[in-house]
Amino acid sequence: MNILDPQGPIGAAEKTILIDSVAIMLAIVVPTIVAIFAFAYWFRASNSRALHLPDWEYSGRIELVVWSIPTLTIILLGGVAWIGAHQLDPAKPIEGSSKPLRIQAVSLDWKWLFIYPDQKVATINTLTVPAGVPLQFQLTSASVMNAFFIPQLGSLIYTMYGMTTQLNLQADTPGTLQGLSGHFSGDGFSDMHFDVHVVPTEQFSKWAQDASHVEKSLDERSYEQIAKPSMKNTPAIYRLADPDLFRSIATQKIAPAPGAPSGVIGAALPGVADAR
Amino acid sequence: MLGKLTWAAIPFDQPIPMIASGVVALSILAVLAWVVIRGHLPYLWREWITSVDHKRIGVMYTLLAMVMLLRGFADAIMMRAQQSVALHSQGFLPPEHYDQIFSAHGTIMIFFVAMPFMIGLMNFVVPLQLGVRDVAFPTLNSVGFWLTATGALLINISLVVGEFARTGWLPYPPLSELTYSPGVGVDYYLWSLQIAGVGTLVSGINLVTTVLKVRTKGMSYLRMPMFCWTTLATNLLIVAAFPILTATLAMLLLDRYLGFHFFTNEAGGNMMMFMNLIWTWGHPEVYILVLPAFGIFSEVFATFSGKPLFGYRSMVAATMAICILSFMVWLHHFFTMGAGADVNAIFGIATTIIAVPTGVKVFNWLFTMYGGKVRFETPLLWSIGFMVTFIIGGMTGVLLAVPPADFVLHNSLFLVAHFHNVIIGGVLFGAFAGYTFWFPKAFGFKLHEGLGQAAFWCWLVGFYVAFMPLYVLGLLGMTRRMQHYDVPEWRPWLIVAAFGAALILCGIVLQIAQLVVSIRRREKLRDETGDPWDGRSLEWATASPPPAFNFAVLPEVSGEDAYWKLKHPATGQARSHEKPEYRAIEIPRNSPTGFVCAFFATMMGFALIWHIWWMVAAGAIGAFATFIVFAWRDHDEDVIPAAEVARIDGSNRAQRHAILSKEAAE
Amino acid sequence: MSTVALTEAHHGSAGREWSGPAPKRIVTGYGFWIFILSDMVMFSAFFATYAVLLGQTAGGPTGRELFDLHAVAIETAFLLASSFTCGMAAIAADARSTIWFQLAMAVTCVFGLGFLNLEQQEFASLVARGAGPTRSAFLSAFFTLVGCHGLHVSGGILWLLTMMAQVYAKGFRPDIQRRILCFALFWHALDIIWIAVFTIVYLLGSAK
Repeated sequence: MNILDPQGPIGAAEKTILIDSVAIMLAIVVPTIVAIFAFAYWFRASNSRALHLPDWEYSGRIELVVWSIPTLTIILLGGVAWIGAHQLDPAKPIEGSSKPLRIQAVSLDWKWLFIYPDQKVATINTLTVPAGVPLQFQLTSASVMNAFFIPQLGSLIYTMYGMTTQLNLQADTPGTLQGLSGHFSGDGFSDMHFDVHVVPTEQFSKWAQDASHVEKSLDERSYEQIAKPSMKNTPAIYRLADPDLFRSIATQKIAPAPGAPSGVIGAALPGVADAR
Repeated sequence: MLGKLTWAAIPFDQPIPMIASGVVALSILAVLAWVVIRGHLPYLWREWITSVDHKRIGVMYTLLAMVMLLRGFADAIMMRAQQSVALHSQGFLPPEHYDQIFSAHGTIMIFFVAMPFMIGLMNFVVPLQLGVRDVAFPTLNSVGFWLTATGALLINISLVVGEFARTGWLPYPPLSELTYSPGVGVDYYLWSLQIAGVGTLVSGINLVTTVLKVRTKGMSYLRMPMFCWTTLATNLLIVAAFPILTATLAMLLLDRYLGFHFFTNEAGGNMMMFMNLIWTWGHPEVYILVLPAFGIFSEVFATFSGKPLFGYRSMVAATMAICILSFMVWLHHFFTMGAGADVNAIFGIATTIIAVPTGVKVFNWLFTMYGGKVRFETPLLWSIGFMVTFIIGGMTGVLLAVPPADFVLHNSLFLVAHFHNVIIGGVLFGAFAGYTFWFPKAFGFKLHEGLGQAAFWCWLVGFYVAFMPLYVLGLLGMTRRMQHYDVPEWRPWLIVAAFGAALILCGIVLQIAQLVVSIRRREKLRDETGDPWDGRSLEWATASPPPAFNFAVLPEVSGEDAYWKLKHPATGQARSHEKPEYRAIEIPRNSPTGFVCAFFATMMGFALIWHIWWMVAAGAIGAFATFIVFAWRDHDEDVIPAAEVARIDGSNRAQRHAILSKEAAE
Repeated sequence: MSTVALTEAHHGSAGREWSGPAPKRIVTGYGFWIFILSDMVMFSAFFATYAVLLGQTAGGPTGRELFDLHAVAIETAFLLASSFTCGMAAIAADARSTIWFQLAMAVTCVFGLGFLNLEQQEFASLVARGAGPTRSAFLSAFFTLVGCHGLHVSGGILWLLTMMAQVYAKGFRPDIQRRILCFALFWHALDIIWIAVFTIVYLLGSAK
């Protein structure tokens, strides 16, 4: 899950920015730290050879340098920030020759539901994607905030109920990657990790073809079961029976997922401030 | 009759909270018993609990902070231990406990360690540095302290009666709404902070008014010590930011108690609104924490280099710039919410701009040492440790300010390492430097130097061993708040981090030992002159500890480093040794208002959490009655007769004169 | 033997040497202004939330359907009048005239209670129509913003009655005069907040 070992163009660009920014700053930070040790040591009280300037408290020239160094560094970094923020905005599509693959992601308590609207497939806690194809994610949450994150592919994005966020990623080479939720969402949060199988394009088509014929089907009714809180969910594949399921969830046509059962200390007595 | 409170609220079946609460309860009882049996209770009541003296209140704030540091650190040790073992395993802390522990850790460290520590130091030092007798509103000061203590008490009660929030230290909805957090945990958090927040706001109003309106003759703004400037900036931030926290937590309370829909998933609630509001408070909050530390370092570098602070006016400008800029960067806490490139970029650039005045401060401290005679005593060690550590932490912060970098590092252990880097390296090291520096002024004897240095090295090395691995873990993709994980590469780093935490524990043990040893050897460590460090500002002109009225006659100031000028007047000017003209002094009278108010606040807070409505009403009536009793008192000041002032001051001056003449003769 | 208190008899102003700590009345007033500023920051947070949630009516009623501008006009008149009589009370306190002080404060109290009564009626009728704060995010924000102001007015009336009792029991002592100053500042500040509420919530909310 090493961010410094990216497997896609977004992650690679972000790694470059990380390293470049650190390098720019180290150019200032390292000499400053050296100076701190040097000054403290050389001007120690027992060193009679050191220059003694007991009333020296101002120098215009030094002030000019002291304000300029951070300012110049910041101008440089500001440029990196502006350009980087625009080039790597999650909603910006990836330029590529292939037609992008649409994936809709819903964070639930405590698992991920991935819907492939064009392939009519849905999965829980596992993702299979073709290598070298731009992936267009639309994300939402069925309950509380989460964050969708595949470290080696790059950018993390929040998922929120009633809202749809966008993310564009691409995986360049076949292999298995790891994904997780990057935002704490409750007791089962640590289980929200998923495998990402990056496979060659033909293999992906075959996988999608097979998956769209499995017995288990996903529609509003089976979704309601899935939406109940559960931990340690094993990966599963569904046939997508309702192609508008994601839209129904994201536009709040389907009610938010319920909370964990009570038995929690001090849980509200029935009749007290029902939030629904 | 007792709302939601039943015996089921006490976790009899969970050993860890039961043992922990048992130990704490026994310790409190033991201390109380010792106090009562030895007959110290009247002294405690008269001199501390009902005191409105800023020096006493400052000490109590600091003591509260140090005690809560132990609780917050215990949480940290448990977290590190859990994460060291929880590879493919549930560890020893199930999620419902682990989630409370990290939530309590953050909440306690920020609100009940860092804030009270800094507020305590500001309260103690600022009136002395300004050459006056007390803060602007002494009784209000006491109320503020005791309300903060109430907040701390409520959080600690949650350990044994009920549970604490499981949302993290900022309760993001919808997780913190009733649907997904049906228990009392979030309510404990909310009421504890609302009550403590009133205390903090009171402090803010008090210190702003003191710095702006209560200074001794001749002390214009640009002659104030740097610590007073940072106090001003900090408390302006408190006044401007804490009301936003109050409003936001109130909205969440209304959602939870009365079914409102500010942040719920249904009926149009907007969770993004919560995040914007809470971080509009949250970012200034971190500057509220660190600016006083910057002030402490300015004092320490100047004093221990034997030189004035370099670039004083630049430092003032930088401080006020940080104060204003801190309100313009809040969105960098949620770059990944999808606000779009333009918005992200603007806030990213604004965040990097704050690095400019901070960098200026670092360079100015560097040049304060240049040409000086640097003395490597404990306060200076903390300051040098701070400079190096804070620069690294600041660098990672500026890195995170670049949106695409944040996209891969948000909420990871890299972020956790960054903010601990700046908070421990900045705020906590500053607190320890200030504690060591001003301890002799408060108590009349210095802290043991050898143990202080040993503690420093344990903390410094321990910090790096505990947190540098977290940077690596963030780069390895590990996110924060994980109760267990299944990536083997992460474990070795987590074990190293746990070892670092153990080193820090050694540092804390050494600090406790230092305090015990120093108290036992206080005669040998006695500060006879009131100026143990060859200080530069007015607090060192008083005896250690200062008399209740601080200065027998308010000093007249003619430049920066007021006390230095008194010690080393310009050539040709003789040092004044004449006795001053003594007059009677009015000092504010002690009052139990703060303590009693806090008692009723605790009652109300607890009752609100458990929905015991009659107790809420009783507490409210009690609080109002306290206010009325206070308003009705006829004597709010005591008078110290001139003769008594003369006696106290005369003996202090004689003692100082004796030491100085002895030194001059040697 | 003259006493030197925490304050000197005079303090410096801009441009001249700072002559020492400011007198108590100035320190108290200044501190209270800072408090009022902090209170206004809190109200700003509620205003900002109201602005964001304005459109979130969740299929329920909007402001235009709910607001009764006649009642609001009378509420405004009550508050403005109460500010005037509060000013009279402050002048009476300066002149140390007990009878005029108590009279002006009593009238202020009546106007304040009149305001609260109308507001309570408005809230009750909204709840009865199914437009209570639990109906939608917009209504939550409305009730909180306007209700917070109403709570402040209620607290202010409690303070007002306390001040009347204090003057009755102890006369115009310096510390009581300082408290009257703070009370007057508070009462006028509430009026200013009401102008903002009245404009942003009711006037703009009723516009076509």
